[in-house]
Amino acid sequence: MSKLSYTKALNRALGDALAEDPAVFVLGEDIGAGLAGPTLGLLDRFGPGRVVDTPLSEQAFTGMAVGAALAGRRPVIEFQIPALLFLVFEQLVNQAHKFSLMTGGQTGVPLTCLVPGSGSRDGWAGQHSDHPYSLFAHAGVKTVVPATPTDAYGLLLSAVRDPDPVVVFAPAALLGVRENVTWELAPVPLGSARVHRTGTDVTVVAVGHLVHEALAVAEELAGEISVEVLDPRTLHPFDWAALAASLERTGRLVVIDDSNRSCGIGAEILATAAEEMRLIAPPRRITRPDGAVLPFALGLDRALQPGRDQLLHAVRSVVKNPWR
Amino acid sequence: MTDRQLGSLESLEGRYRMLRLIRGFEQLALGLVKSGAITGGIHPYIGQEAVAVGVCAALRPQDRITSTHRGHGHVLAKGADPGRLLAELCGRVDGLNQGRGGSMHAADLSLGILGANGIVGAGAPIAVGAAWAARQAGEDRVAVSFFGDGALNQGVLLESLNLAAMWQLPVLFVCENNGYATTLPAATAVAGSGTGRAAGFGIPAVEVDGMDTEAVREATALAVRRAREGGGPAFLECRTYRFEGHHTMERRMKLRYRSPEEIEQWRARDPLERAAAALDGGRRAAIDTEVEAELAEAERFALASGHPDPAGACDHLYADGLRPRAGAVA
Repeated sequence: MSKLSYTKALNRALGDALAEDPAVFVLGEDIGAGLAGPTLGLLDRFGPGRVVDTPLSEQAFTGMAVGAALAGRRPVIEFQIPALLFLVFEQLVNQAHKFSLMTGGQTGVPLTCLVPGSGSRDGWAGQHSDHPYSLFAHAGVKTVVPATPTDAYGLLLSAVRDPDPVVVFAPAALLGVRENVTWELAPVPLGSARVHRTGTDVTVVAVGHLVHEALAVAEELAGEISVEVLDPRTLHPFDWAALAASLERTGRLVVIDDSNRSCGIGAEILATAAEEMRLIAPPRRITRPDGAVLPFALGLDRALQPGRDQLLHAVRSVVKNPWR
Repeated sequence: MTDRQLGSLESLEGRYRMLRLIRGFEQLALGLVKSGAITGGIHPYIGQEAVAVGVCAALRPQDRITSTHRGHGHVLAKGADPGRLLAELCGRVDGLNQGRGGSMHAADLSLGILGANGIVGAGAPIAVGAAWAARQAGEDRVAVSFFGDGALNQGVLLESLNLAAMWQLPVLFVCENNGYATTLPAATAVAGSGTGRAAGFGIPAVEVDGMDTEAVREATALAVRRAREGGGPAFLECRTYRFEGHHTMERRMKLRYRSPEEIEQWRARDPLERAAAALDGGRRAAIDTEVEAELAEAERFALASGHPDPAGACDHLYADGLRPRAGAVA
């Protein structure tokens, strides 16, 4: 048995992906030195032709990755902060994602974006604290938010092998999390949810680091309310069958999602459950506020993030309140 | 088709033939916009043909290009089948992109055509990536990025120039300066000059008469030879002009941002007439007849092709065949 940290898991996935396929290369800012963690040691191991330090030119190197993908390579871009994704929305959403359809299937763009440190990093303020996965799911880009080290390894490896663009969000709150690993690390298919804990009264769908909050709440409520914790792992494509199966068991739904409320993935999960699935009580969601910008002061930062107390309250209220 | 058409650009006759084909194709397409067979409109290339033909005459089949929303000329000169391109413009199943891309996204990856592009400047980093990948693979392919004067003000183009220069990549930046970014005169939009911007990154940059196919070809050939030998990127600013409007809606809107005198002055420098003058009259007429026949066949092919089945509107959305959920749940 060994302890595997989330960042080390990402590092191992990149190393394994580079080793198994010579078409794979990693590019981004400060990746040679491994400043963000996941690329540590890769330059020494694979050389500058496979681990490419780029100037601070996000749009050009993301567009360059699209061109390299069209020429047969499999680029993996590391973005140091999530807000850089706003700069390259053009290259990812308007180019990479659309190429397959626009060319009538002549080509896909097998490009992976890795965002280690997404979401609040405790005091990094407005432009370094977004968690913009809902935007990518909305645009139809394959979107992954692993919650554990083994899932981080398995999902990142699958993302690199995938023929389409994939964005992998690694929540800042998880980077130091460690997990006892007693089995071989293995790829995790995109689009498959994971039930971390079974229950009969209410399904809590939690995204990314909030899976751990949901598990803590479930434990706290054990004996009072039986909580099932479902981690979608991939937000697009979403494992709707797993959610439906869970709601067949529980009939009640709470979603906890660290993105903004309006048009967030939490809204989509509630809407789909309401339209298509078995619900015996009004569902609830816990998110950041509409249009949130995280303030700097730590108390203010945390005040806007969904947390354990709100989840506890929401679970209790959903269990108490059937449809009127 | 590639080898035949690209090979044919090696001779003066072959280049005239391609100029004539692009001109005729555009005129045919304008008629099809008017008749409604092409919906959504097009951005006509008429007047700028010397750039596409001159540049592509200096390329090999395995070289790659990225193009613009005014891309038909580049796509044809790089060897695409006129019938399949026209079918694409008409949104038909036999189009280059099965009717999914249309005029602004026409692509033929098998010919190194990485796509026309609807976003100004977007093709530049894609060409840089293709050039980087070719060099990493040890291939001597070059990549060409075509763009207009409007792209000179896009940050991503300048970032791309920097990457290409820092990494000495085999990429050629071809600015087709037709004087207008839609209706905005380049003189009121571009501080300094295009060549000056490239030179600022240490990239050899030359201005070329973009109405002269031979001048464009010669400048391109020099730059491409240097790039293949590891000499890094180059920048060509081709001064050219579009005889038609920015797009086909313009006529209906009766926009006036260019004087008739200005248009006439540039029409007097028509690259097609210039190339024709270098040929024997009889030979020229024979080529014209051949091109007319090819275009008639292209039109017949395009209009005979079927319309895509609406049930397949999401086909190819994902390369792995993922089927998205329907927008409406019954």
